[in-house]
Amino acid sequence: MSLVELKGVVKRFGTNTVLDDVSLKVEPGEIIAVIGRSGSGKSTMLRCINGLEPVQGGSVVVDGETVSAPGADLRALRQRVGIVFQSYNLFPHLSVEKNITLAPRVVKGMEPGAARDLALGVLRRVGLAEKIDAYPDQLSGGQQQRVAIARSLAMQPKLMLFDEITSALDPELTGEVLKVLEQVAAEGMTMILVTHEMGFARRVATRVVFMHEGRIWEEGGARDVLEKPRTPELSTFLDAVLH
Amino acid sequence: MIREFAAIDVYYLLLAARWTLALTALAFVGGGLFGIVVALMRVSPFLPLRALGATYVNVVQGIPLLGWLFVFFFGLPILAGVQVSSWVAATVAFSFYAGAFLGEIWRGCLQAIPRQQWEAGAALGLGFGEQLRHVIVPQAVRVAIPPTVGFLVQLIKNTSLGAVIGFVELTREGQLTNAATYRPFTVYIAVAAIYFAMCFPLTQLSRRLERRLRVAR
Repeated sequence: MSLVELKGVVKRFGTNTVLDDVSLKVEPGEIIAVIGRSGSGKSTMLRCINGLEPVQGGSVVVDGETVSAPGADLRALRQRVGIVFQSYNLFPHLSVEKNITLAPRVVKGMEPGAARDLALGVLRRVGLAEKIDAYPDQLSGGQQQRVAIARSLAMQPKLMLFDEITSALDPELTGEVLKVLEQVAAEGMTMILVTHEMGFARRVATRVVFMHEGRIWEEGGARDVLEKPRTPELSTFLDAVLH
Repeated sequence: MIREFAAIDVYYLLLAARWTLALTALAFVGGGLFGIVVALMRVSPFLPLRALGATYVNVVQGIPLLGWLFVFFFGLPILAGVQVSSWVAATVAFSFYAGAFLGEIWRGCLQAIPRQQWEAGAALGLGFGEQLRHVIVPQAVRVAIPPTVGFLVQLIKNTSLGAVIGFVELTREGQLTNAATYRPFTVYIAVAAIYFAMCFPLTQLSRRLERRLRVAR
Protein backbone atom coordinates (compact mmCIF):
# COMPACT_ATOMS: atom_id res chain seq x y z
CA MET A 1 0.00 0.00 0.00
CA SER A 2 1.24 3.47 -0.82
CA LEU A 3 2.29 5.59 2.12
CA VAL A 4 0.81 8.70 0.52
CA GLU A 5 -1.95 8.80 -2.04
CA LEU A 6 -3.34 12.03 -3.44
CA LYS A 7 -6.29 11.59 -5.77
CA GLY A 8 -7.64 14.50 -7.81
CA VAL A 9 -6.83 17.00 -5.08
CA VAL A 10 -8.26 20.48 -5.54
CA LYS A 11 -7.27 23.36 -3.29
CA ARG A 12 -8.61 26.88 -3.60
CA PHE A 13 -7.84 30.05 -1.73
CA GLY A 14 -11.01 32.03 -2.41
CA THR A 15 -11.45 31.99 -6.17
CA ASN A 16 -7.78 31.22 -6.76
CA THR A 17 -7.21 27.54 -7.60
CA VAL A 18 -3.83 26.58 -6.20
CA LEU A 19 -4.01 22.82 -6.72
CA ASP A 20 -5.91 21.59 -9.72
CA ASP A 21 -6.57 17.86 -9.86
CA VAL A 22 -3.30 16.71 -8.32
CA SER A 23 -2.69 12.99 -8.02
CA LEU A 24 0.46 11.45 -6.58
CA LYS A 25 1.43 8.15 -5.01
CA VAL A 26 4.45 7.77 -2.75
CA GLU A 27 5.74 4.34 -1.73
CA PRO A 28 7.62 3.71 1.54
CA GLY A 29 11.32 4.56 1.19
CA GLU A 30 10.88 6.90 -1.76
CA ILE A 31 12.48 10.31 -1.82
CA ILE A 32 10.44 12.71 -3.88
CA ALA A 33 11.78 16.10 -4.89
CA VAL A 34 9.07 18.57 -5.83
CA ILE A 35 10.27 21.39 -8.06
CA GLY A 36 8.60 24.29 -9.82
CA ARG A 37 8.48 28.05 -9.76
CA SER A 38 7.01 29.85 -6.77
CA GLY A 39 3.23 29.88 -6.83
CA SER A 40 3.05 26.55 -8.65
CA GLY A 41 1.43 24.88 -5.62
CA LYS A 42 4.42 22.87 -4.32
CA SER A 43 4.26 24.02 -0.73
CA THR A 44 0.48 23.89 -0.68
CA MET A 45 0.56 20.26 -1.80
CA LEU A 46 2.98 19.46 1.01
CA ARG A 47 0.77 21.22 3.56
CA CYS A 48 -2.29 19.30 2.36
CA ILE A 49 -0.49 16.02 3.06
CA ASN A 50 -0.37 16.60 6.82
CA GLY A 51 -3.67 18.44 6.99
CA LEU A 52 -2.32 21.94 7.62
CA GLU A 53 -4.45 23.00 4.63
CA PRO A 54 -7.93 21.54 4.12
CA VAL A 55 -8.69 20.53 0.53
CA GLN A 56 -11.80 21.39 -1.46
CA GLY A 57 -11.84 18.31 -3.67
CA GLY A 58 -10.31 14.88 -4.12
CA SER A 59 -8.78 12.80 -1.36
CA VAL A 60 -5.57 12.68 0.62
CA VAL A 61 -4.72 9.35 2.24
CA VAL A 62 -1.59 9.04 4.36
CA ASP A 63 -0.60 5.78 6.01
CA GLY A 64 -4.18 4.52 5.80
CA GLU A 65 -5.66 7.69 7.33
CA THR A 66 -7.92 9.78 5.10
CA VAL A 67 -6.57 13.23 5.91
CA SER A 68 -9.16 14.96 3.75
CA ALA A 69 -12.15 13.39 5.52
CA PRO A 70 -13.99 15.56 8.03
CA GLY A 71 -13.06 14.51 11.54
CA ALA A 72 -9.78 12.90 10.47
CA ASP A 73 -7.48 12.18 13.40
CA LEU A 74 -4.87 14.79 12.52
CA ARG A 75 -3.22 14.50 15.90
CA ALA A 76 -2.44 10.83 15.35
CA LEU A 77 -1.45 11.50 11.75
CA ARG A 78 1.03 14.22 12.68
CA GLN A 79 2.86 11.88 15.00
CA ARG A 80 3.66 9.84 11.91
CA VAL A 81 4.25 12.69 9.48
CA GLY A 82 6.90 15.29 10.30
CA ILE A 83 7.25 18.62 8.55
CA VAL A 84 10.17 21.04 8.51
CA PHE A 85 9.50 24.61 7.43
CA GLN A 86 11.48 27.18 5.50
CA SER A 87 11.56 29.53 8.51
CA TYR A 88 12.55 26.77 11.01
CA ASN A 89 9.75 27.81 13.41
CA LEU A 90 11.62 26.72 16.51
CA PHE A 91 10.01 27.81 19.79
CA PRO A 92 12.15 30.80 20.83
CA HIS A 93 11.27 30.56 24.53
CA LEU A 94 12.44 26.96 24.85
CA SER A 95 15.93 25.45 24.88
CA VAL A 96 16.95 23.08 22.11
CA GLU A 97 16.18 20.15 24.40
CA LYS A 98 12.70 21.46 25.25
CA ASN A 99 11.99 22.26 21.59
CA ILE A 100 12.68 18.64 20.75
CA THR A 101 11.02 17.01 23.75
CA LEU A 102 7.86 19.14 23.97
CA ALA A 103 5.78 16.99 21.63
CA PRO A 104 7.14 13.62 22.85
CA ARG A 105 6.34 14.65 26.42
CA VAL A 106 2.97 16.30 25.78
CA VAL A 107 1.63 14.16 22.97
CA LYS A 108 3.23 10.82 23.79
CA GLY A 109 3.55 11.24 27.56
CA MET A 110 7.27 10.50 27.66
CA GLU A 111 9.20 10.83 30.95
CA PRO A 112 11.57 13.85 31.12
CA GLY A 113 14.65 11.63 31.58
CA ALA A 114 13.85 9.44 28.61
CA ALA A 115 12.95 12.54 26.62
CA ARG A 116 16.39 14.07 27.20
CA ASP A 117 18.03 10.87 25.98
CA LEU A 118 15.81 10.99 22.93
CA ALA A 119 16.80 14.63 22.31
CA LEU A 120 20.46 13.74 22.62
CA GLY A 121 20.01 10.89 20.18
CA VAL A 122 18.35 12.96 17.45
CA LEU A 123 20.78 15.83 18.01
CA ARG A 124 23.68 13.44 17.37
CA ARG A 125 22.08 12.51 14.08
CA VAL A 126 22.13 16.15 13.02
CA GLY A 127 25.57 16.74 14.59
CA LEU A 128 24.47 19.19 17.29
CA ALA A 129 24.58 17.19 20.52
CA GLU A 130 26.67 19.91 22.18
CA LYS A 131 23.87 22.48 21.62
CA ILE A 132 21.26 20.64 23.68
CA ASP A 133 21.02 23.43 26.28
CA ALA A 134 21.33 26.36 23.88
CA TYR A 135 18.44 28.62 22.91
CA PRO A 136 17.39 29.08 19.28
CA ASP A 137 18.67 32.67 19.09
CA GLN A 138 22.16 31.45 20.02
CA LEU A 139 22.30 29.27 16.91
CA SER A 140 23.04 30.07 13.27
CA GLY A 141 20.28 29.62 10.70
CA GLY A 142 21.76 26.34 9.56
CA GLN A 143 21.97 25.04 13.11
CA GLN A 144 18.39 26.13 13.82
CA GLN A 145 17.21 24.26 10.77
CA ARG A 146 19.12 21.16 11.86
CA VAL A 147 17.45 21.40 15.28
CA ALA A 148 14.09 21.67 13.50
CA ILE A 149 14.93 18.48 11.62
CA ALA A 150 15.93 16.81 14.90
CA ARG A 151 12.66 17.97 16.49
CA SER A 152 10.75 16.33 13.70
CA LEU A 153 12.84 13.15 13.85
CA ALA A 154 12.13 12.84 17.57
CA MET A 155 8.53 11.93 16.79
CA GLN A 156 9.87 8.94 14.83
CA PRO A 157 7.77 9.73 11.80
CA LYS A 158 7.20 7.37 8.90
CA LEU A 159 7.21 10.24 6.46
CA MET A 160 8.97 13.58 6.50
CA LEU A 161 7.98 16.67 4.54
CA PHE A 162 10.52 19.40 3.88
CA ASP A 163 9.23 22.75 2.70
CA GLU A 164 12.07 24.65 1.00
CA ILE A 165 14.13 24.21 4.11
CA THR A 166 17.32 25.75 2.72
CA SER A 167 15.70 28.74 0.99
CA ALA A 168 16.18 31.09 3.94
CA LEU A 169 19.82 30.12 4.45
CA ASP A 170 23.05 31.66 3.22
CA PRO A 171 24.73 29.47 0.61
CA GLU A 172 27.49 28.43 3.00
CA LEU A 173 24.92 27.20 5.51
CA THR A 174 22.88 25.30 2.94
CA GLY A 175 25.50 22.57 2.64
CA GLU A 176 25.37 21.51 6.29
CA VAL A 177 21.57 21.17 6.15
CA LEU A 178 21.63 19.21 2.89
CA LYS A 179 24.22 16.87 4.39
CA VAL A 180 21.86 16.12 7.26
CA LEU A 181 19.03 15.56 4.80
CA GLU A 182 21.12 13.19 2.78
CA GLN A 183 21.95 11.22 5.88
CA VAL A 184 18.29 11.00 6.94
CA ALA A 185 17.52 9.80 3.42
CA ALA A 186 20.27 7.18 3.67
CA GLU A 187 18.64 5.85 6.86
CA GLY A 188 15.63 4.88 4.74
CA MET A 189 13.19 7.67 5.64
CA THR A 190 10.38 8.35 3.18
CA MET A 191 10.72 12.00 2.25
CA ILE A 192 8.94 14.57 0.15
CA LEU A 193 11.02 17.70 -0.38
CA VAL A 194 10.04 20.94 -1.99
CA THR A 195 13.37 22.28 -3.11
CA HIS A 196 15.24 24.62 -5.41
CA GLU A 197 18.47 22.63 -5.00
CA MET A 198 18.57 20.84 -8.35
CA GLY A 199 21.95 19.20 -7.70
CA PHE A 200 20.61 17.78 -4.48
CA ALA A 201 17.42 16.59 -6.17
CA ARG A 202 19.39 14.79 -8.85
CA ARG A 203 21.75 13.17 -6.34
CA VAL A 204 19.32 12.11 -3.63
CA ALA A 205 15.79 11.94 -5.00
CA THR A 206 14.37 8.71 -6.36
CA ARG A 207 11.72 10.68 -8.21
CA VAL A 208 11.26 14.27 -9.27
CA VAL A 209 7.87 15.93 -9.59
CA PHE A 210 7.62 19.17 -11.56
CA MET A 211 4.63 21.35 -10.71
CA HIS A 212 3.28 24.08 -12.88
CA GLU A 213 0.12 26.17 -12.43
CA GLY A 214 -1.22 23.93 -9.69
CA ARG A 215 -0.78 20.68 -11.62
CA ILE A 216 1.79 17.95 -11.69
CA TRP A 217 3.23 18.75 -15.08
CA GLU A 218 5.94 16.08 -15.32
CA GLU A 219 7.23 13.37 -13.05
CA GLY A 220 9.63 10.49 -13.26
CA GLY A 221 13.10 9.34 -12.29
CA ALA A 222 15.32 12.20 -11.14
CA ARG A 223 17.76 11.96 -14.02
CA ASP A 224 15.09 11.58 -16.69
CA VAL A 225 13.07 14.55 -15.55
CA LEU A 226 16.03 16.86 -14.99
CA GLU A 227 18.00 15.91 -18.09
CA LYS A 228 15.29 15.15 -20.64
CA PRO A 229 12.41 17.55 -20.03
CA ARG A 230 9.43 16.65 -22.22
CA THR A 231 7.53 19.91 -21.92
CA PRO A 232 8.61 23.45 -22.79
CA GLU A 233 7.49 24.59 -19.32
CA LEU A 234 10.00 22.32 -17.60
CA SER A 235 12.76 23.24 -20.08
CA THR A 236 12.17 26.91 -19.40
CA PHE A 237 12.13 26.33 -15.66
CA LEU A 238 15.34 24.29 -15.70
CA ASP A 239 17.05 26.85 -17.90
CA ALA A 240 16.10 29.55 -15.43
CA VAL A 241 17.29 27.75 -12.30
CA LEU A 242 20.41 26.15 -13.73
CA HIS A 243 21.87 29.34 -15.15
CA MET B 1 -18.90 73.44 61.82
CA ILE B 2 -15.79 73.93 59.78
CA ARG B 3 -12.56 72.63 61.24
CA GLU B 4 -8.93 72.82 60.13
CA PHE B 5 -7.34 70.35 57.75
CA ALA B 6 -4.99 68.43 60.05
CA ALA B 7 -2.70 65.44 60.21
CA ILE B 8 -5.62 63.26 61.24
CA ASP B 9 -7.28 64.01 57.88
CA VAL B 10 -4.24 62.80 56.02
CA TYR B 11 -4.43 59.66 58.15
CA TYR B 12 -8.09 59.17 57.19
CA LEU B 13 -7.24 59.70 53.55
CA LEU B 14 -4.55 57.03 53.79
CA LEU B 15 -7.04 54.66 55.43
CA ALA B 16 -9.45 55.33 52.57
CA ALA B 17 -6.67 54.64 50.07
CA ARG B 18 -6.74 51.06 51.35
CA TRP B 19 -10.23 50.73 49.88
CA THR B 20 -8.99 52.14 46.61
CA LEU B 21 -6.33 49.43 46.58
CA ALA B 22 -8.78 46.75 47.70
CA LEU B 23 -11.27 47.65 44.96
CA THR B 24 -8.43 47.75 42.41
CA ALA B 25 -7.25 44.31 43.53
CA LEU B 26 -10.74 42.80 43.35
CA ALA B 27 -11.41 44.37 39.96
CA PHE B 28 -8.04 43.21 38.68
CA VAL B 29 -8.65 39.63 39.76
CA GLY B 30 -12.24 39.63 38.50
CA GLY B 31 -11.27 41.46 35.32
CA GLY B 32 -8.33 39.11 34.86
CA LEU B 33 -10.66 36.10 34.93
CA PHE B 34 -13.08 37.74 32.47
CA GLY B 35 -10.12 38.89 30.42
CA ILE B 36 -8.60 35.41 30.06
CA VAL B 37 -11.94 34.02 28.94
CA VAL B 38 -12.49 36.89 26.49
CA ALA B 39 -8.97 36.68 25.04
CA LEU B 40 -9.28 32.93 24.50
CA MET B 41 -12.71 33.35 22.93
CA ARG B 42 -11.32 35.97 20.59
CA VAL B 43 -8.54 33.69 19.29
CA SER B 44 -10.60 30.49 19.26
CA PRO B 45 -11.14 28.69 15.96
CA PHE B 46 -14.92 28.79 16.52
CA LEU B 47 -16.70 31.75 14.98
CA PRO B 48 -19.60 31.89 17.51
CA LEU B 49 -17.12 32.15 20.41
CA ARG B 50 -15.13 34.84 18.62
CA ALA B 51 -18.32 36.79 17.90
CA LEU B 52 -19.53 36.50 21.50
CA GLY B 53 -16.18 37.73 22.82
CA ALA B 54 -16.17 40.64 20.39
CA THR B 55 -19.72 41.61 21.35
CA TYR B 56 -18.83 41.68 25.04
CA VAL B 57 -15.83 43.89 24.36
CA ASN B 58 -17.77 46.25 22.10
CA VAL B 59 -20.66 46.64 24.50
CA VAL B 60 -18.46 47.24 27.54
CA GLN B 61 -16.09 49.60 25.76
CA GLY B 62 -18.94 51.50 24.08
CA ILE B 63 -20.54 52.59 27.35
CA PRO B 64 -18.84 54.82 29.93
CA LEU B 65 -17.60 53.19 33.09
CA LEU B 66 -19.86 55.55 35.03
CA GLY B 67 -22.78 54.05 33.15
CA TRP B 68 -21.82 50.55 34.20
CA LEU B 69 -21.58 51.63 37.83
CA PHE B 70 -25.13 53.00 37.62
CA VAL B 71 -26.35 49.87 35.81
CA PHE B 72 -25.13 47.59 38.57
CA PHE B 73 -25.93 49.84 41.50
CA PHE B 74 -29.33 51.23 40.49
CA GLY B 75 -30.24 48.80 37.73
CA LEU B 76 -29.91 45.49 39.52
CA PRO B 77 -32.48 46.31 42.23
CA ILE B 78 -34.95 47.34 39.52
CA LEU B 79 -34.23 44.60 36.99
CA ALA B 80 -33.47 41.66 39.25
CA GLY B 81 -35.01 42.88 42.47
CA VAL B 82 -31.77 42.42 44.39
CA GLN B 83 -30.41 45.21 46.53
CA VAL B 84 -26.65 45.40 46.17
CA SER B 85 -24.15 47.24 48.32
CA SER B 86 -21.84 49.77 46.71
CA TRP B 87 -19.04 47.24 47.34
CA VAL B 88 -20.70 44.56 45.28
CA ALA B 89 -21.84 46.93 42.55
CA ALA B 90 -18.40 48.52 42.25
CA THR B 91 -16.56 45.19 42.25
CA VAL B 92 -18.82 43.72 39.58
CA ALA B 93 -18.84 46.84 37.41
CA PHE B 94 -15.08 47.29 37.57
CA SER B 95 -14.45 43.59 36.90
CA PHE B 96 -16.77 43.77 33.94
CA TYR B 97 -15.00 46.82 32.63
CA ALA B 98 -11.47 45.54 33.31
CA GLY B 99 -12.34 42.20 31.69
CA ALA B 100 -13.08 43.87 28.37
CA PHE B 101 -9.89 45.91 28.36
CA LEU B 102 -7.60 43.15 29.66
CA GLY B 103 -9.23 40.75 27.20
CA GLU B 104 -8.36 43.08 24.33
CA ILE B 105 -4.81 43.63 25.59
CA TRP B 106 -4.22 39.91 25.96
CA ARG B 107 -5.87 39.05 22.66
CA GLY B 108 -3.42 41.43 21.01
CA CYS B 109 -0.52 39.75 22.79
CA LEU B 110 -1.67 36.27 21.73
CA GLN B 111 -2.05 37.45 18.16
CA ALA B 112 1.38 39.09 18.24
CA ILE B 113 2.90 35.60 18.25
CA PRO B 114 3.49 34.58 14.62
CA ARG B 115 1.00 32.18 13.06
CA GLN B 116 3.91 29.85 12.24
CA GLN B 117 4.36 29.14 15.93
CA TRP B 118 0.81 27.73 16.11
CA GLU B 119 1.52 25.80 12.97
CA ALA B 120 4.79 24.36 14.25
CA GLY B 121 2.91 23.13 17.32
CA ALA B 122 0.10 21.67 15.22
CA ALA B 123 2.60 19.95 12.93
CA LEU B 124 4.04 18.15 15.97
CA GLY B 125 0.60 16.82 16.89
CA LEU B 126 -0.23 19.33 19.65
CA GLY B 127 -3.93 20.16 19.98
CA PHE B 128 -5.29 23.74 20.12
CA GLY B 129 -5.13 23.87 23.93
CA GLU B 130 -1.63 22.41 24.02
CA GLN B 131 -0.39 24.86 21.40
CA LEU B 132 -1.80 27.68 23.52
CA ARG B 133 -0.42 26.41 26.78
CA HIS B 134 3.06 25.32 25.74
CA VAL B 135 3.86 27.51 22.75
CA ILE B 136 1.74 30.65 22.52
CA VAL B 137 0.96 31.75 26.08
CA PRO B 138 4.55 31.52 27.41
CA GLN B 139 5.66 33.84 24.60
CA ALA B 140 2.61 36.11 24.85
CA VAL B 141 3.07 36.63 28.61
CA ARG B 142 6.36 38.43 28.01
CA VAL B 143 4.65 40.79 25.62
CA ALA B 144 1.66 41.22 27.93
CA ILE B 145 3.30 42.29 31.18
CA PRO B 146 4.08 45.95 30.38
CA PRO B 147 0.63 46.87 28.97
CA THR B 148 -1.07 44.93 31.75
CA VAL B 149 0.77 46.90 34.43
CA GLY B 150 -0.08 50.02 32.47
CA PHE B 151 -3.76 49.14 32.59
CA LEU B 152 -3.49 48.48 36.33
CA VAL B 153 -2.45 52.12 36.77
CA GLN B 154 -5.55 53.21 34.82
CA LEU B 155 -7.65 50.98 37.01
CA ILE B 156 -6.36 52.52 40.24
CA LYS B 157 -7.29 55.97 39.02
CA ASN B 158 -10.64 54.87 37.62
CA THR B 159 -11.75 53.42 40.95
CA SER B 160 -12.31 57.05 41.95
CA LEU B 161 -15.56 56.81 39.98
CA GLY B 162 -16.78 54.44 42.67
CA ALA B 163 -17.35 57.60 44.71
CA VAL B 164 -20.53 58.36 42.73
CA ILE B 165 -22.31 55.31 44.07
CA GLY B 166 -21.17 56.06 47.60
CA PHE B 167 -18.22 53.71 47.70
CA VAL B 168 -15.88 55.34 50.21
CA GLU B 169 -12.43 55.17 48.71
CA LEU B 170 -9.77 57.84 48.40
CA THR B 171 -11.71 60.33 46.27
CA ARG B 172 -14.95 59.98 48.25
CA GLU B 173 -13.01 60.43 51.50
CA GLY B 174 -11.48 63.54 49.96
CA GLN B 175 -14.96 64.89 49.22
CA LEU B 176 -16.02 64.20 52.81
CA THR B 177 -12.89 65.82 54.22
CA ASN B 178 -13.44 68.85 52.04
CA ALA B 179 -17.02 69.13 53.26
CA ALA B 180 -15.76 69.25 56.84
CA THR B 181 -12.73 71.53 56.37
CA TYR B 182 -13.62 73.54 53.31
CA ARG B 183 -10.03 73.44 52.12
CA PRO B 184 -10.58 72.00 48.64
CA PHE B 185 -7.15 72.85 47.27
CA THR B 186 -5.22 71.34 50.17
CA VAL B 187 -7.47 68.31 50.39
CA TYR B 188 -7.39 67.45 46.72
CA ILE B 189 -3.64 68.04 46.49
CA ALA B 190 -3.28 65.50 49.28
CA VAL B 191 -5.61 63.11 47.44
CA ALA B 192 -3.68 63.58 44.21
CA ALA B 193 -0.37 62.99 45.99
CA ILE B 194 -1.63 59.69 47.39
CA TYR B 195 -2.83 58.55 43.94
CA PHE B 196 0.55 59.51 42.54
CA ALA B 197 2.36 57.57 45.26
CA MET B 198 0.36 54.47 44.29
CA CYS B 199 0.65 54.83 40.53
CA PHE B 200 4.18 56.10 40.02
CA PRO B 201 6.00 52.99 41.27
CA LEU B 202 3.84 50.88 38.96
CA THR B 203 4.58 53.07 35.94
CA GLN B 204 8.26 52.75 36.73
CA LEU B 205 7.93 49.00 37.12
CA SER B 206 6.14 48.79 33.79
CA ARG B 207 8.95 50.71 32.07
CA ARG B 208 11.60 48.56 33.66
CA LEU B 209 9.83 45.35 32.68
CA GLU B 210 9.45 46.61 29.15
CA ARG B 211 13.17 47.31 28.92
CA ARG B 212 14.12 44.01 30.45
CA LEU B 213 11.73 41.92 28.36
CA ARG B 214 12.88 43.60 25.19
CA VAL B 215 16.40 42.25 25.63
CA ALA B 216 15.28 38.89 27.01
CA ARG B 217 14.52 36.01 24.71
